[in-house]
Parts: sequence; C-alpha cells; structure tokens
Amino acid sequence: MISLARVGKTFKTRRGGHVQALDDVTISVGADEFVAIVGASGCGKSTLLRMVAGLVQPDIGHLTLDGKVVTQATEGTAMVFQAPTLLPWMNVERNVTFPLSLSGRDVPEARERGRALLRAAGLAGFEQRMPRELSGGMQQRVAICRGLVQKPRILLMDEPFGALDALTREEMSLALLELWQANPMAVIFVTHSISEAVLLADRVIVMSPRPGRVAEIVEVDLPRPRSFDQEASAEFHRCSKLIRDRIYGGGSRAH
Amino acid sequence: MLISTGAWTRRNLPVILSTLSLLLGWEIVCRAFGIRPFLLPTPSAIWTAVVPVWPNIAMHTAVTLRTVMLGLLASIVVSLPLAMLIASSRTVSAAIYPMLVLTQSVPKVALAPILLVALGANEFSRVIITFLVAFFPLVVSSVAGLLATPPELVELGRTCRATRVQELLRIRLPYALPFVFGGLRVAAALCVVGAVVAEFVGADSGLGYLIQTSMAFFRTPVAFGAVVILAIMGIALFQLVEITERLIVPWSSNLDNNFNEEK
Ligand SMILES: Nc1ncnc2c1ncn2[C@@H]1O[C@H](COP(=O)(O)OP(=O)(O)O)[C@@H](O)[C@H]1O
Ligand SMILES: [Mg+2]
Repeated sequence: MISLARVGKTFKTRRGGHVQALDDVTISVGADEFVAIVGASGCGKSTLLRMVAGLVQPDIGHLTLDGKVVTQATEGTAMVFQAPTLLPWMNVERNVTFPLSLSGRDVPEARERGRALLRAAGLAGFEQRMPRELSGGMQQRVAICRGLVQKPRILLMDEPFGALDALTREEMSLALLELWQANPMAVIFVTHSISEAVLLADRVIVMSPRPGRVAEIVEVDLPRPRSFDQEASAEFHRCSKLIRDRIYGGGSRAH
Repeated sequence: MLISTGAWTRRNLPVILSTLSLLLGWEIVCRAFGIRPFLLPTPSAIWTAVVPVWPNIAMHTAVTLRTVMLGLLASIVVSLPLAMLIASSRTVSAAIYPMLVLTQSVPKVALAPILLVALGANEFSRVIITFLVAFFPLVVSSVAGLLATPPELVELGRTCRATRVQELLRIRLPYALPFVFGGLRVAAALCVVGAVVAEFVGADSGLGYLIQTSMAFFRTPVAFGAVVILAIMGIALFQLVEITERLIVPWSSNLDNNFNEEK
C-alpha cells in the first residue's frame, strides 16, 4: 500500500550547496507489514519518513499510498517524531488526544482509549501532569501514545525509543508488537539498533549514506509472536550479521 | 496561592526599603538645600496637599484609568488579529509591516493635537491616541512569538492534518502567549503615557489635565501627587499583566523568577 518508486530528494544547504538525502529509493510496504529501517546518521531515514508523512515532496520518482500520490498528510497516517514534541501548554492526557481534537474526534470513547494507552505505557497517574514535569523518556512515551490513539493505518516511527533507557526500551518494543498484533497496521520503524530492528520487523531495510540509498533488504523469518528468547536463534544471528555487514562493509547490493 | 506574611515581607522588603529611602532622601535634600516648594515639593508637602482634595483626585484618577484600560483593550483587540495576519503570510507581512513601521516613525505626541481636532476632544479620540502610542510593541512581540513556534510543533500539526487556521489558533497562538504577555507589559506602561499625552492636549478631566491646571496655578505639590499616582498606576498595571499571565500561561518562562526560590 505504501510504495516508493525511484524516489530522490536533494536539499539546498544554507551555504548554497546541495545535499542528496535520498537517491533512487524503491520500497513498498504492505498493509499489515512491520518494516524497520536501519542506517548511519544522515542516510536519509528521517527524510524518507517525512516524505511518507507528506511533510516533504520527492524531487523525482513517485510516492503513492493506495495508488494515490502523496502531496500532504494523509488521513490514517500517524507519525512519532525523534523528539517528543509535546505541546507545553497541555497536560499529558490532552497532548495524547490533541490529534483527535483537531478533527473533532476527541469523544469520551477516544479519551478512554488514550488513558488505556497511557496505562499500557506505564504512565498511569501522570495523566494530569504537564510535559515539563516528565522525564525525557516519559515524554517520548506520551508521544508514542499520541501516535497510537489515532488508530492509524500507517504508523511512522522515527527512532521512537532513542531517548529511553535500555530496559524501558525492551519493554516498549514488546508492548508495541502486542499492540500491532491486536490492531494490524503498516509500520515503518527507524532505529539505530540492529537487534531491535530484527526483533520487531518482518523486513529490515538497510540504508547507506551519501547519497541515501537502499543497501539491502533483509527478510526476517522468525515466527510471531516474537520474544527476546529468539535473540538466541540462528535466524536472528543470520539477519543481524547480514545487516551489520551491509552497514559496516558498505559496497553495492549483492545479487 | 496563599503566601505567608513572613514570606511576603521577605520578598518585598528590598523594594519597600528602597522606596522608603528614596522618599527620605528626597525629603532631606529638599529641606537641606531649601528648594522652593513650587519647584520641587517635599513628599510630606505633596501628602498634605493631596489629602484634603482626595475625592477630586480620585475622580481624575478614575477618568485616566478608564482611558488607559480602554486603550489597552483596543491595543489587544487590534494587535492580536493583526499579528496573526502578518505571521500567516509572507505577502501580507510584506504589505503591512512597512506601514506599521511608518506609523511608528511618526511621533504620536505630535499627532495628538491633530487627531483631537479631527476626531473631537472626547474620550474616543483619547482612547485612539492611547492605542496608537501603545499597540506597536504588542504587535511586534506577538508576531515574533507566532514565528518563533518550533518547526517540529508546526510539523506535528501538519501530520495531524491541522488546517491553517488550526495551526494558527491551536499551535502558534498558545506558543506565542508568553511573547504576547511580554509585549503587553510594555503596552500597559505605554498606555499610561498615551492617556496623559491625550489629556494634555484636550481634556477637562483626568490626571494629565490635573497636572496642567495645577501647574498653571503653581500648585506644584498637587501636580506631583498626580505624577506619583500615575507611577503607581503603571506599576499596578504591570502587576495585573503579570498576575493574568500566571493564571493563563503557567508554563511561561517569563515567570521563572528563580531568585525568589532560593531556600
Ligand atoms: N530540511 C533540510 N534542509 C537541508 N538539508 C536537510 C534537510 N533535511 C535533511 N537534510 C540533510 O539530508 C541528509 C539526510 O538527513 P536525515 O533524513 O535527517 O538523515 P537520518 O534521519 O538518516 O539521520 C542529511 O545530510 C541532512 O543534513
Ligand atoms: Mg533522523
């Protein structure tokens, strides 16, 4: 349903130079598929997500959702940014339902859904707090709840667990998987962590920098539901090694 | 919000002491150098001149306060929509901003007599003059706040399919509120200036009028009394803005007075 065909994007820098953020990127993501993107900083992962979110337009190539060209944010697409980006004047609960309030959908039932998500994210009792009273990790969890409360068909997550400590990170990964299994949707999940990518995703897209290209697409053939036990499996090691080799080995795509 | 009297005294002691020493120094200098009262009256002389005529002074104060408040209200009502218009489009901004700056390069004090002739020596024209003196900093700081909204918050709005109006009212305006209040503090002080200027030029009541008529009869202590009341009015308005800000913008960093919180 999400389809990028030979997409390229070049930014002008302030000093008049050019940065090619994406070059010849072709990816498609199915309706209920969980796709992870890994790659070094600056290889265009955020740009790719922002493109799917409708925040930037490709210079060349085509980006379509269900066959329709994306020119602005599409209904049913939710984005979790790298930073929490909470509204400082709203309490936690109202931050979570903010996207719904913009379209008059913050009905009592939706608010209850928001509270349930906050509970699942370990934020019970913090509903009435203001963002600045929360730690960075807690703020990021609020932002994740804000994405999920919209019941999106496409969920875009840009290093969502980057600000969390390792323990919370693992907990949140499993919680996300559970939620995804209960409410199937297309997820594009950007991460720096190879093991996180393999644990979560059906497919891992490895990107290489300057210009941002797809270096490898790794199919993860692990049964679901996933658990940390699978980290010991041969398939987990195969995928991790493949990804690692692509990131550090560089070079062109193997055929 | 109950502050114990002890804490209140401790917090306000410096300003109380500095005010008292100012008054005392003033009194001493006037007496020591024998300055004549119609040039610079002592605080005690001002007090004794003002107290017997206080109902009259209270009336003039009420008149001025009314003009100040109406002028401030007009400034808010005009400045906020204007700021949103300027912040919402580059073209509008390019068309309006230079004109605004132009109005600011004209000295409003010079404009006051002309306006009073054109509009008549009434309350309405005094409010207009007050507004003209006060509104500009409010527009400028509001525009600054609207444009200072972090791009991430604006992008959040975009991904949530916020309309342009929603982006302005639900994201940019709340973000800009601390800036708006910053401008409002300046505007409140300027409103007092504007009202007095308007009363100098054309009024039959108000503290500005009182100062002029008192000086015409060399009743300097009464004029000084009016000046002191104007100063108090300015301070009170400033405090009013601050209290309002505390109530409706509790997240504002304008209010982080960390000095007071030491132990
Ligand atoms: N709005 C922009 N203007 C200019 N350059 C940009 C912009 N957005 C991204 N870039 C550049 O594009 C490249 C890819 O950025 P990004 O997509 O953020 O990478 P990643 O998320 O993988 O770290 C970087 O070199 C970055 O500096
Ligand atoms: Mg990034």
